[in-house]
Amino acid sequence: MASLIHCPHCGSRPKEEFSIRGDASLVRPSPSASDEEWHRYVHIRDNPKGRYKEHWHHAFGCRRWLVVERDNFTHEVFSVTDAAEAAKAVQA
Amino acid sequence: MRYSALSILKQAFSGNRGWKPAWREPEPKPHYDVVIVGGGGHGLSTAYYLAKEHGITNVAVIEKGYIGAGNVGRNTTIIRSNYLLEGNEPFYELSMKLWEGLEQDFNYNAMVSQRGIVNLFHSDGQRDAYARRGNAMMIHGVDAQLLDREQVRRMMPYLNFDHARFPILGGLYQARAGTARHDAVAWGYARGADSRGVDIIQHCEVTGIRRENGRVVGVETTKGFIGCNKLALAAAGNTTTVGRMADLELPIETHVLQAFVSEGLKPMIDNVITYGAGHFYISQSDKGGLVFGADIDYYSSYAQRGNLATVEHTIEEGVSLIPGLSRTRVLRSWGGVMDMSMDGSPIIDRTPIDNLYLNCGWCYGGFKATPASGFCFAHLIARNESHNVARFLRLDRFERGFPIDEGGKGPQPNLH
Repeated sequence: MASLIHCPHCGSRPKEEFSIRGDASLVRPSPSASDEEWHRYVHIRDNPKGRYKEHWHHAFGCRRWLVVERDNFTHEVFSVTDAAEAAKAVQA
Repeated sequence: MRYSALSILKQAFSGNRGWKPAWREPEPKPHYDVVIVGGGGHGLSTAYYLAKEHGITNVAVIEKGYIGAGNVGRNTTIIRSNYLLEGNEPFYELSMKLWEGLEQDFNYNAMVSQRGIVNLFHSDGQRDAYARRGNAMMIHGVDAQLLDREQVRRMMPYLNFDHARFPILGGLYQARAGTARHDAVAWGYARGADSRGVDIIQHCEVTGIRRENGRVVGVETTKGFIGCNKLALAAAGNTTTVGRMADLELPIETHVLQAFVSEGLKPMIDNVITYGAGHFYISQSDKGGLVFGADIDYYSSYAQRGNLATVEHTIEEGVSLIPGLSRTRVLRSWGGVMDMSMDGSPIIDRTPIDNLYLNCGWCYGGFKATPASGFCFAHLIARNESHNVARFLRLDRFERGFPIDEGGKGPQPNLH
């Protein structure tokens, strides 16, 4: 795992400045969605080995939520995107 | 061969040339009653208890690496049963009782050492929480003792009692807890299972699960197809990878946890210590090395190696607790990949597929559970019903709203 993460707002910053939430591929269901859908969102994970998108929070920097795409076996980082930008890209 | 003082003496006089390998290396048979995927501590203990307690010996344990290469050889060797919740405490206490008789039971020296564990507390609130936990333990007939600051100081005078931010106020002590030599646990179970007829098949990776009419009929492996009546998964770290082959949807994320050992030192730490202000735990091996660890690396990882930032964090915690560690050199560090579940507790249960059984989600508490995990999983496989002390460890507890969340962290696997 690279010890430096390239934040799109702050540049190259040490990994310790970030806190990690988890899987960024999950889409929050609507409040009126079924219990089954909510259960899947809250508890069930694909947990793939390889390319993986994760939500990272730049807690000791710009305090923006980011989507870090990386390989969870080789620890190579492919891209770091602001979560708002990433959401727009998904909607487009 | 049964190991005894007499066998050692006999071998000594014959130049130690008569020792045999502790288990065979068989080629897989075409069909078994039970196939267990994963030759770690839990898979091996499951096979051992299937044979010993239930007389089911037509069993194969399939391991993609070699015995002892995975998490059973990558932990900090702590055994204890100081849990709070109803769903956990009787289960871990069964494990502790099995540890206490283990070496006689499987005729192997696992170096079980009941040196006691102290969980330190650093605030009044934390004292209350540990008092509550100790009371919960005693309700289940488990030994627990709340130590005050002076009692802890007598046991561990080298701790940093007057830390400005996290002074040590006392600790929760479980005298029966301790450590065991982790590889010997794997070897002992492997030998015990093998001698009862179980085939341990190493360097054999499962690549698929074959199903017909909604039931599992066998596994595809790198050594060909192996048929079975019942399939049992005990592949923690890779549970979702194997589970996907049977379309299981699981509440698991895989994370890496690091552990460390220092150069050998003279006897210094007599017990197991956990640092309540952080997440640091330490003991001293019989060889003299200090064995310690702290948090996981927080991001998803299948790599059996970790990040330097976590190394630094771990060492900082250690020095904060024991200032005398500051000039100790670390000899080795390593990483293991963990099944982190959504509530921090494991799963031993049936699955939506009739003859497929699941043992997973051990987070980083799996080593201490090795005996009871195998004991209860074997019970489940043999009788198709949960063992009484494992009845809360269900796969559907998340959906039904009955998580077993010792830490109160919620469904956030990297925080458990």
